Amino acid sequence: MPTLYEQLGGAPAVEAAVDLFYRKVLTDPRISDFFEGVDMDRQISKQKAFLTMVFGGPVAYSGQDLRRGHAHLVARGLNDSHFDAVIEHLGGSLAELGVAPGLIGEVAALAETTRADVLGR
Amino acid sequence: MPTLNWEGQSIAVAPGESALDALLGAGVSIPHSCRAGACQSCLVQATGGTIPLPAQRGLKPALIAQGYLLACLCHPATDLVLAAPGPGARVPAVITKLTWLSESVMQVDLTATEPLDHRPGQYLTLLRHDGLARSYSIAGEHLELHVRRIPGGAMSNWLAEAEPGAPVTLQGPAGDCFYTPGDLHQPILLAGAGTGLAPLYGILRDALRHGHQGPIWLYHGALNEGGLYLTAELAALAEVHPNFHYRPTLFHRDGPLPKVLATAHPQLSGWRGFVCGDPQIVNLLRKSLFLAGMASRAISADAFLPTTLK
Repeated sequence: MPTLYEQLGGAPAVEAAVDLFYRKVLTDPRISDFFEGVDMDRQISKQKAFLTMVFGGPVAYSGQDLRRGHAHLVARGLNDSHFDAVIEHLGGSLAELGVAPGLIGEVAALAETTRADVLGR
Repeated sequence: MPTLNWEGQSIAVAPGESALDALLGAGVSIPHSCRAGACQSCLVQATGGTIPLPAQRGLKPALIAQGYLLACLCHPATDLVLAAPGPGARVPAVITKLTWLSESVMQVDLTATEPLDHRPGQYLTLLRHDGLARSYSIAGEHLELHVRRIPGGAMSNWLAEAEPGAPVTLQGPAGDCFYTPGDLHQPILLAGAGTGLAPLYGILRDALRHGHQGPIWLYHGALNEGGLYLTAELAALAEVHPNFHYRPTLFHRDGPLPKVLATAHPQLSGWRGFVCGDPQIVNLLRKSLFLAGMASRAISADAFLPTTLK
């Protein structure tokens, strides 16, 4: 039985999804302010790591990493609605790439496991 | 606390401190400029100890093999023995010509004592005899730099007065903002402001020299007419090469460059892009190209980092 990461297509799938996903995030007025002025190169490598993780791939963030990495955004008001918007774009990007709904659900479930840490709860 | 050994002198590195800060703090004189690993002027050689991996970022393989590292990026975990760069790490050169391209921008031509193996669009760092260091992009096949004379600018004012034959030392070249011949039909967008034109001018002529067939658009942004230069040369190139389109863009007349691009090129999927200039404009341009559909890996950016001295 291939892993979720293998079913999605591994690293090439991350490559294919990252621009699509990051473009959606940057143009969504609900969340784009959080990305204002950030360095795009650094941001894209972080997005790739995030996608690899929620695809069930070989990247593991500790809860501490996620808390530290988002603390400054939580201080600026990052909440559940923003987290939901990101999950929405994740699903939207995968759907555009033709990923089956069942697999998208598995990815969303993995992303969901980071919610408490990202939001600092 | 890890210790640096510099020519027999022991220097402690405080937590969070870079090797560069520790050396400067101990009174060691080391060229430095950007403090961000770009200009490479704080190059030193490790002759003992373990080099932290990030300290060799962007260095040429030959320098890495000889234990060279950038002191500003070096946060040692253990003791290191460091020395000033030996001969071979840098190349002596002379200033051969100075040409004013506008009221404030001059072209500085250099001749190096040995071939540098550069690509137009890369940058190199110029070191004066006293260690003063600044980075400039290479605008062509030969070593030609565009330097804006800045009021009070130490290097630019010295260069403006330098006599032909004046010796300098070159570090580099470095950077990955250059033309790569592959798909000769891919559309190319070049955008920059100020002396961001230097790498773009180099990349443009490199692409034409390689026989690039796809459309090439060059947007050079300036506040007003006085900020433009090489306009006649670029217009002449556009006459000779029907696939090249030159668009001088004035902020006061045309609005901000990213907006101009968004209107003129709303769909950039499949294009290759180069953006150069001050970090703020580079960030905006890069984002605007990306949002118009250009793939993130198809965008090469060269942000001119400011000099940060203490």
